[in-house]
Amino acid sequence: MIAIDYTQLLRLALPEVIVVATALIVMAADLMVLRRCNTRVRFAVAAGLASLGCAGAIVRILLAPEVDSILDGMLIVNPLTHLVQIALLVLTIFTLLFSVDSTFTEHVGEFVLLLLVATAGMMFLVGTQDLLVLFISLELLSLSLYILVAFNKRSAQSWEAALKYYLFGGMSAAFLLFGFSLLYGLSNSTNLTQIAAAIHGPALNPLLVIAIGATAIGLGFKVAAVPFHFWAPDVYQCAPAPSAAFIASGSKIASFFIFFQVMALGFAGAEGTAVLPHLVRGWIPVLALMAASSMLLGNLVAIRQTSLRRLLAYSAIAHAGYMLLAIVAHSEQSLAALLYYVVTYALATLGAFGVIAVVEQQKGGDQLSNFDGLGRQAPVLSFCLAIFILSLAGIPPLAGFFGKFYLFVTVLASSPGSMGLLWLVILAIAMSAISLYYYLRVLKRVYVAAPAAGSGEMRSPILSQILLLLLAASVLLLGCAPQLLLRWILAAIRVSGL
Amino acid sequence: MLAWTIYISFLGAAGLLLLPRGSVAAARLLALLTAVAGFGITLTYFLHHQTGGMLTITRMPWVPSLGIEYHLAADGISLTLLLLTGIIAIAGILFSWDIDFRTKEFFAFYLLLIGAVYGVFLSYDLFLFFVFYELVIIPKYFLIAIWGSTRREYGAMKLALYSFVGSAMVLIGLIAAYVVAGAKSTSLLNLAQFPFSLHFQMMAFPLVFVGFAILAGMWPFHTWAPTGHVAAPTAASMLLAGVVMKLGAYGCLRVAMTLFPLGLGPWGFHVLGLGSWRDVFALLAVIGIVYGALVALVQKDFKFVIGYSSVSHMGFILLGLMTLNQLGLSGAVLQMFSHGILAGLLFAVVGRMVYARTHTRDLAKLGVMNLNKAIPFAAVTFVIAGMASMGLPGFSGFVAELMILIGVWRAYPLLAVCVGFGIVVGVVYIWRAMQKAFFAEAGVDSTPPNPPLPPISFPERLGAMILIGASVLIGLYPQVLLNIIVPALNSPLFEGLRKGSWQ
Amino acid sequence: MIAFPWITLLTAIPIVGALVLLVLGGRNKNLARWSALAFSFAALMLTLILWRHFDPASGSLQFQERHAWISPLGVEYHVGIDGLGLLMVLLSSIVVPIGMLASWQIEERVHLYYSLILILQTCLFGTFTALNFFHWFIFWELSLIPAFFLIRLWGGPRRASAATQFLVYTMVGSITLLLTFIAIFLATKKFDFIDLAALAQNGQLMTSVVDKLAWHRFTPEHVALILFAGAFLGFAVKVPIFPFHTWLPSAYCEAPTGTTILLTGAMSKMGVYGFLRILLPIFGAQMQIVLTPLLWMAVATVVLSAYAALAQKDLKRIFAYSSINHLGYCLLGIFAIMKFTGGDTTLIAEKYAAMNGVFLQMFNHGLTAATLFWFVAMLEKRSGDLRGLDDFGGLRKVAPVFTGLMGITLFSTLGLPGLNGFIGEFLIFKGSFPLVTWATSLAVLGLLVTAIFVLGIIQRVFSGPLNQRWISLPDLTTGERLALAPTIGLMFAIGLYPQLILGVINSTVIQMVNHLKF
Repeated sequence: MIAIDYTQLLRLALPEVIVVATALIVMAADLMVLRRCNTRVRFAVAAGLASLGCAGAIVRILLAPEVDSILDGMLIVNPLTHLVQIALLVLTIFTLLFSVDSTFTEHVGEFVLLLLVATAGMMFLVGTQDLLVLFISLELLSLSLYILVAFNKRSAQSWEAALKYYLFGGMSAAFLLFGFSLLYGLSNSTNLTQIAAAIHGPALNPLLVIAIGATAIGLGFKVAAVPFHFWAPDVYQCAPAPSAAFIASGSKIASFFIFFQVMALGFAGAEGTAVLPHLVRGWIPVLALMAASSMLLGNLVAIRQTSLRRLLAYSAIAHAGYMLLAIVAHSEQSLAALLYYVVTYALATLGAFGVIAVVEQQKGGDQLSNFDGLGRQAPVLSFCLAIFILSLAGIPPLAGFFGKFYLFVTVLASSPGSMGLLWLVILAIAMSAISLYYYLRVLKRVYVAAPAAGSGEMRSPILSQILLLLLAASVLLLGCAPQLLLRWILAAIRVSGL
Repeated sequence: MLAWTIYISFLGAAGLLLLPRGSVAAARLLALLTAVAGFGITLTYFLHHQTGGMLTITRMPWVPSLGIEYHLAADGISLTLLLLTGIIAIAGILFSWDIDFRTKEFFAFYLLLIGAVYGVFLSYDLFLFFVFYELVIIPKYFLIAIWGSTRREYGAMKLALYSFVGSAMVLIGLIAAYVVAGAKSTSLLNLAQFPFSLHFQMMAFPLVFVGFAILAGMWPFHTWAPTGHVAAPTAASMLLAGVVMKLGAYGCLRVAMTLFPLGLGPWGFHVLGLGSWRDVFALLAVIGIVYGALVALVQKDFKFVIGYSSVSHMGFILLGLMTLNQLGLSGAVLQMFSHGILAGLLFAVVGRMVYARTHTRDLAKLGVMNLNKAIPFAAVTFVIAGMASMGLPGFSGFVAELMILIGVWRAYPLLAVCVGFGIVVGVVYIWRAMQKAFFAEAGVDSTPPNPPLPPISFPERLGAMILIGASVLIGLYPQVLLNIIVPALNSPLFEGLRKGSWQ
Repeated sequence: MIAFPWITLLTAIPIVGALVLLVLGGRNKNLARWSALAFSFAALMLTLILWRHFDPASGSLQFQERHAWISPLGVEYHVGIDGLGLLMVLLSSIVVPIGMLASWQIEERVHLYYSLILILQTCLFGTFTALNFFHWFIFWELSLIPAFFLIRLWGGPRRASAATQFLVYTMVGSITLLLTFIAIFLATKKFDFIDLAALAQNGQLMTSVVDKLAWHRFTPEHVALILFAGAFLGFAVKVPIFPFHTWLPSAYCEAPTGTTILLTGAMSKMGVYGFLRILLPIFGAQMQIVLTPLLWMAVATVVLSAYAALAQKDLKRIFAYSSINHLGYCLLGIFAIMKFTGGDTTLIAEKYAAMNGVFLQMFNHGLTAATLFWFVAMLEKRSGDLRGLDDFGGLRKVAPVFTGLMGITLFSTLGLPGLNGFIGEFLIFKGSFPLVTWATSLAVLGLLVTAIFVLGIIQRVFSGPLNQRWISLPDLTTGERLALAPTIGLMFAIGLYPQLILGVINSTVIQMVNHLKF
C-alpha cells in the first residue's frame, strides 16, 4: 500500500482544486442567485467569477514553484507543467470572456462549469506521467468537450457534430485504453519512465507494435491528425463559437504536450527513425507518416472551403501535421519549439474564432461572403483578423513565423548529420507556401472586396474588441520578441528534463 | 542612423492609418514627407561615408537562444540600393498624387512596403533579412488587389504565391545552413565564413539562388512578372519592377553567392555543354534577356511591353552576377540601380501619363490618338526613357550594360554574342512601342484628339525630372556609385567568392 | 589658352540653347527662331576665335582637355582639335545657321524643331572633338535621335519609313562599331584614340589582339579583319559608301529641307571623319589588305551615284545622289593614300596632296551642298513645296538674282575652277592618279556625268521658255541676299585663295600621312 500524504497532494494540486471549486461556485451562483437576470448579465457574472478563479489558480502556480512528484509520477509538478498550465488557464480566461456575448444558450452555469471542468481535466492531464491518470484526465476533458459542442440546442448541426465527436472520440479512447493495457502488460507498470525502461530492447515486440499503433490512434484523434481528423471540420463548423475556440486552442496545447510526453518518455527506445532511406520501424515512422498526410490533406482541402470555420478546421489539421514533426524529432529543443508553436497557434486561433463569433452574430453566418468588405465596416476587427490569419500563415514578424522557423530548425537539428529529416521539412515548408493561398483569400474578402449591398455598419461589442486587440498585440509581440516566451520555455525544460 | 529609414517608413504607415477617413490631401503630404525624409537620411549618410566598406548601424541580440541578432549594417552595395529605393519611393508617391480611392490605405501599404525593402537592404543577419523579405509580400498583394487594373486579383495572388514559393525555397536553404553550421548564429558574416562541405554547397546553392531568382524574374520562373506588373497600379509597378525585383537579385548576391561560393564551381561532368551551376544560371539569364526582348516585341498592350522589358533587363543583372569578375559584378549592381530608375520611369509614363488619361493600353488604339501632340511631355519622357532603356550612351543603362558585356565577354564569349542580339532586339521593341503609341500619326498635318486629354500635372513632371536626372547623372558620372560598389565587392564578406571562382 | 576649357564650352553652348528654347516654350515662334539663331552664331563666333588662335605650324592636337572619368573602364574625358577637327567644327558652325535659316518657314512646334537642331549641333561638336571612344560614341549615337525626330515629325509624306530606315541602318552600323571597340578594349584595355593609334603604329595592336582575343578557328589576321569590318561598317553606312547608301535618298528627300542641309552638310562628314580619325590610324594595315575591294566600292559610289542623279526628277533627290558622289571622291582619296608603296617616299607628296584634297572636299562640299539645298528651300517656299525638275522653266527671266546665285553654287558643285568645289577635287585627283591610276581614271566618269546633270538642271529650271505658272515668282528678298552673301563670298574666296584653309590644315595633313605605314 503506498502511503498517500493528502496534504502534500492537496498542496500540489491546489491550482486544479481552485478551478474545480470555482466551477462549483459559479454553478451555484447561477442556479440560485441569477436565475431571473437576463442571459447577458448571467454570462457576465459567471465568466467574471470563473476568470477570477482561473486567475487565482495562476497566482497559486506562480507563487509556489516546486519540483515534486508523488505517487510514482501520478502527479508531477515542475516548471514545465507550470508553464503549460498557466498557458491553459490564460486561454480559458480568454474563452470565458469571449463567451460573455453569446446568445446560443440559457444554460449559463452549466456551460461555464463544463469549461472549467475541462480546464481542470487538462491541468491534470499535463501534470501526470501515469497512464491511468492520463486516461482519466483525458476522458474528463473529452466528455466535457462533447457536451460543450452540443450546447446549442437550437441547432441540429451542433448536435450532429457533437455526436460525431462523441462516437469518434469514444472509439479512439477505446483504442487508447487498449494500447495502455498492452503497455502495462509488457512492463508491469503504469509509469511512463518505467515502461520505457521495460520495453527497451533490440527488437520490436509485436505487441509493442500494436501498442504504438493504438496509442497513436488515440492521441492522434485528439490532435486531429490524419487519418483521425474526420471530426474536426464538423465540430469546428457547428459547435458554438466559444466551444470551438476552446477546442481549437486550449485543448490543442494539452493534447500535444501529452502526446510528446507519452511518445518521447513512454516509448523511448522504440523510436525507429524516419530518416530516408534507412527507415527503421518504431513509432517515429508512424508519426512521420501521420504528419506528412496531415500537412498534405489539411492544406489541400482548405483551399476549397467557403466557410471560414471549416477553413480553420482544415488549417488546424495542417498545423497538427507541423507540430507532429516536433514529436518526430523528440529532442529538448523540439519540445521547446512545439510549446512555442502551439501556444502562439492557440492565441491566433482563439482570436480568429473571436472575430468569427462577432461576425456571425451580426451577419448570421461564417461564410466567406459575410466577410466581404469587413475592412471598411469594422477596421479594428479586420486588423485583428489579419494579424491572426497572417500569423497562421507564417508571415513575419508575427509569432507564427518564428514558431515555424524554430520548429523546422529543431527538427533538422535533431537528426544525425542534420539532413536526415530534410524531406519532412521541405514538405512542411512547401505546404506552408500553399497555405498562403487560402489565407490570403480570406484577407482578400476582408480588404479587397466591397461590402455586400445593404449591409450597414457593424457594431462590435467593446469587450470583444479589447480582447481581440490584446490577443493581436500578444501575437505581434511574441513575433517581434520571441525571446520573452522562449526564455521561459527553455529554462523550464532545462530544469524539468524531458 | 540609417535604421531610421525603416522606422520612419513604418511610423509613417501607422500615422497614415490613424488619419481620419477622407483626408486625402493630408495623406498625400504625410506620405511624401516620409519618403523624402527616408531618402534624405540615406543621402546624408552616403555623402558622409564614401568608403563603401561595411559599417554596422545596430547590433543587438534578439533571440540569444538561437543566436539570432538584430544586426543592421550597410556597405556600398546596400547603399546604392537604398538610394534607389528612396528615389523610387518619392517618384512613386508623386505619380500617385491623383489616387482618391482609399488614399490613406494606399499610402500606408506603400510606406509599409518601402520600410520592409529598406530593412532587407540593411539586414546583415539572415533571420532578420528573411523577416523583412517576407514582410514585403503582404503589402504588395494588397496594393495590386485593391488599386490595380487588369485582372488585379489574379495578378496579385500569382505574384504573392510565386514570391512566397521563392522565399520558401530560400528558407529551406537557410535553415539547412544554419543547422549544419551548428545552430549557433544566423549572422551573415559568421555563416559566410563557415566551411560548408562541397556536397552541401552544391545542393544548397541552386536552391537558395533559384529561390531568390524567382523574385528576380529569372526565366523560366518569370511568368508572374508581366501579369503582376500590368495588374498593379502605377506606383506599385514602379516599386515592384524597380525595386522589389532587385531584392531577388540582391539576395542572390548577398546571400546565395557569399554563403555557398563553392556551389558555383565545376561539377566535374558536363550535361549539354553545361559544367556548373554557374553555366546553368548564366544560360538561363541570357535566355531571359533574349526571350523577354522577343516577347516584348510582339505585345499589343503597352504595359506588357514594359513588363517583358523588365524581365529582359533583369536577365542582364543575373548574367552580370554569374560572370564572377569585378567588372561584371559591379556592372550588375550598377544595372540594378539603373534599371530600377528606368523601369520606374517607363511604368510611370505608360501607367500614369498615358493609361490614366486614355483608359486604354492597346497600342493600336493609342496610335490614333496622336499622343505626341496631346501630351508632348509624356512623349518626350518616353523617348528619353526608351533611349536610356535601350542602352543609349549618356544614360545609366549604357555604362552598366557595357560593363556587364565586357565582363561576360571575359567569361562566356559565346553568350556575349547572344546578349548583343538581345540588345539589338531591345532597341527594336522600344522603338516599335514608341512609334505605335506616340508617333503613329505624327507629322505636320496631324490633329490632336478630341476631347483633349488633361495636361501632365506638376507632380508628374517633378517625378519624371527626378528620375531622368538620376539616370543622366549616373550615365555621365557613374563613378559616384562605382566608388562605393567596387570596395564593397572587395570586402571580406566576398572572400569566399573571390577565392573560389573569381576571374 | 590650354587651361580654359574652350572645347567644352563650345560643345555646351548649343545644348544650353536647346534647353533655353524648351523652357521658353512654343508660343512665340519668332523668339524661338531668333534665339536659336543667336546661339548658333555664338558658337560660330567661338569657332572663329579658336581658328584665330590655332597654331597652324604645329600638326598636333591643341586645346586639349583631359580628365579621369570612369577608371575601371579606361574611360577619360579627352578632347582636343587638330587641323581636321577644327575644320569640321568650323563647317558645322557654318552649316547649322544655314540650316536654321532655311527652316524659317516651319510653323509647327517651332521651339522643338530648333532645339533639336541645337542638340544635333552639340553632338556634331562632340563627335569632332572627342578623343576617347566612350564619349565619342555617346555623341555619335545621340546625334541619331534629333535627326530621326526632325525627319519623323516635320518631314514629307513618306517620312515614317524614311526615318525608320535611316535609324535602323545607322544603328546597326553603330552596334558593330561598338562591338569592335569593346573587343579592342578587351585586348588593349584602352579606349583612347591617340593611344590606340600609337599601338597600331608600332605593331602592338596586333600582338594584343593575338594575346587576348585568340578564338579557336580564326587566325589573328582574320580576327583583326573582323574587327576592322565592324568598325568599317559603322562608318560606311554614315558616309555612305555603295552599297550601304540606300537609306540616303529617301531620308534626304523626306526630311524638311533645313534638316537635309544638316544631314548633308555636317552629318555625312561624321562618316568621313571617322575614316580619318579612327580607321586610318588604327586599322591601317587591315585597310591595305582589302584595298582593292575598297577602291572598287569608292569608284562604284562615285560613278553609280552620278548616273543615278542623272535619272532623277526631284531636285532634292538629285542633290542627294550628288552628295553621295562628292563624298565618294573623299573616299577615293583616302583609299589612295593607303596604297602601299613599299616604303618608298617618292609618292609622299602625292599623298599629302590627296589628303589635303580630302579635307578641302569635305569642307567645300559641306558648304556647297548646304547652300544648294538652301536654294531648294527658297524655291519650295515660293512654289508651294514643288521641286520637280519639270515643274519649272525659264526662271531666269523672273528671278535673275536667284538664278545667278544658284547658278554659281551649281557650278561649284560641278567643279568649275575659281569656285571652291574645284580645289578639293583637283587635289584629290592629282594625288590619287599616280597612286591608283585605274580607279582615278574610272572616277573621272563621275565628273563627267556630274557636269551633265548640273547643266541639265540649269537648262531645265532656269533656261528655256518661261513656265507661265511662275510668272509672278518673287526674286530673292534683301534679307535673303544678305544672308546668302557670306556663303557665296566664301565659295569665291576659297576658290580663288585656297590657302585660307590649306594654311591651317597642312601641318595636320603632313603629320597624319607621316604616321601611316607605307
